[in-house]
Amino acid sequence: MYKYNDFDAAFIAERNRQFRAQVERRIDGSLSEEEFRPLRLMNGLYLQLHAYMLRVAIPYGTLNSAQMRQLAYIAERWDKGYGHFTTRQNIQYNWPKLQDVPDILDALGEVEMHAIQTSGNTIRNVTADHFAGAAADEIDDPRPVAELLRQWSTDHPEFQFMPRKFKIAITGAPNDRAVIKAHDIGIQIVEQNGERGYRVLVGGGLGRTPMIGKVISDFVTEVDLLPYLESIVSVWNQIGRRDNKYKARIKITVHEHGIDEIRRMVEERFEQVRPTFGGIDQQLLAEIRESFAPPAFRKAEIDDYTRAYDSDPVFRSWIDTNITAHKQADYAIVSISLKAHGKTPGDATADQMRTMADLAERYGHDELRISHEQNVILPHVHNSDLAAVHTALKQAGLATANIGLISDIIACPGMDYCALATARSIPIAQEIATRFDELKLEHEIGPMKIKISGCINACGHHHVGHIGILGLDRAGVENYQITLGGDGTEDATLGERAGPGFSYDEIVPAIERIMNAYLAHRETEAETFLQAYRRLGLAPFKAALYPEAQANAA
Amino acid sequence: MPRAFTPKVITANALLEGDVVYLTADDIWTRDLDAAELLEDEAHAQLRLIEAQARVHEVVGAYLADMKPSPHGPEPTHFREEFRRTGPSNYFHGKQAEKNHV
Ligand code: SF4
Repeated sequence: MYKYNDFDAAFIAERNRQFRAQVERRIDGSLSEEEFRPLRLMNGLYLQLHAYMLRVAIPYGTLNSAQMRQLAYIAERWDKGYGHFTTRQNIQYNWPKLQDVPDILDALGEVEMHAIQTSGNTIRNVTADHFAGAAADEIDDPRPVAELLRQWSTDHPEFQFMPRKFKIAITGAPNDRAVIKAHDIGIQIVEQNGERGYRVLVGGGLGRTPMIGKVISDFVTEVDLLPYLESIVSVWNQIGRRDNKYKARIKITVHEHGIDEIRRMVEERFEQVRPTFGGIDQQLLAEIRESFAPPAFRKAEIDDYTRAYDSDPVFRSWIDTNITAHKQADYAIVSISLKAHGKTPGDATADQMRTMADLAERYGHDELRISHEQNVILPHVHNSDLAAVHTALKQAGLATANIGLISDIIACPGMDYCALATARSIPIAQEIATRFDELKLEHEIGPMKIKISGCINACGHHHVGHIGILGLDRAGVENYQITLGGDGTEDATLGERAGPGFSYDEIVPAIERIMNAYLAHRETEAETFLQAYRRLGLAPFKAALYPEAQANAA
Repeated sequence: MPRAFTPKVITANALLEGDVVYLTADDIWTRDLDAAELLEDEAHAQLRLIEAQARVHEVVGAYLADMKPSPHGPEPTHFREEFRRTGPSNYFHGKQAEKNHV
């Protein structure tokens, strides 16, 4: 994993020193809130409904055990003993006090972490496939490029005051687990005639005006990638709309000018930008690559694993649900669910963080990942260690076998924390999970992605949920709109609105009716909800959702 | 016809803790909505807001929030203010927990 060099460490220390002085000046009254606000946001500090919130970057979702332990320490020392992992692969602390934040930032600096560029109109934390470097279907590990992009974009003078924020996601596998089509720029590592390169998409995004990203180039070579991306951002920085916040994202620029025109402008800009890259970035990339070399995979007997799998149904269910194929023989990718039924999606207590850190250190080559689906991954576990890992997770309340199932819900903080929210999302997720657990239907239903946002900003990715739920304020009451058929993978699709929204009390029963309709209409048990939806369309689900309308029409 | 003025309180977040506070009639920031001053006259409310917003070293983002009178003090009319005075629904944190200490 990437280690800070002297420059990185000095840069973070200097930024923290500056911010400490700014906080002092805010508290002693020499800075007004108007002056202080942009400064705190540059350091990831928001003011939410009940408290400040600190958003800490976890670059491309990768952590080691020391970092995870430090996150636990911060949660305990300065917060309420837990942290919230987000769809941006970051962690948020919901209760820091203003005067403690400089100490928290120093504590993060000790483990090479920070909260810079987690807010504001900058290039945000670059996100990546959470199975990067481990997945069996991967062409190449996307993280060296993600790290290169992080270094290029951090404090880049041209990109500090852009029209809006800018999000980049990268995957090294054809199966897209990083939702690259819903980012300002999406990058996919591809191979053409034996050469490695990048397919680049632009103009995706969710929020008020959801758009699926469009291919701007099918193949950018390795040496051209950074100048090409810089050209995209530069063109947008110039022509992107600054007159209207809601039209400022690059998806609108692409939509208004058309992808062909944008491509032409980018290529023109590229001619100017390309010569300014003298190859330094390639040297850097080569160095970064070394720090992402695969771990020293080991060999061991797996008889115990096979025995446990055959004899212990709880272990077997967990393996069948939470394990993904690894590129290395006899290794597994373990997804640790932060979605215990009835608990807050994405939350982990300090003790749970320590358990996960210990397991990573002991059995996982010291690596952890945060997924945009708000779970934690141990990317490299030898099969012979899976039983021990499972036992330890069970003791920590982390062994829920529900990855990819109906209770593995993405939910943004919503009106329980977020100042922008129009309704709550967390309790809806809790109740759906609890309900389907009671019904004992979740394994029967199979693959199902429910995603919930507490406002139109769509941090909960509801547009690309198989079932999306959007919480709104309708005349002073919480109201939940359902979209169906969304998909965040390589076949990215925006969900279709099912009809009028539901009240807080009606939304869980509404989801149950959709699931019953699916179970009644699927052709075979192997047909997933999404497949059934694509075959049947909205009609049967609409009928299940709005039985009164059916009755009235009859 | 202009819409009739509905009663309000002044609320903000405390500068240091970031938690929700309300302005009382004697110009103290309180954590307890019951103790807040209910403003029933529009001109008076605007004046009080200007005064509150000037107290930038104590609070952030002062604004007028709709309330209705009740025997024990102002009551929220919108769920957002209900959550602000209670705390999150997924944990017993925030105001609901602090109330027990008082
Ligand atoms: S979707 Fe809205 S409510 Fe949810 S976290 Fe984002 S801004 Fe807040």
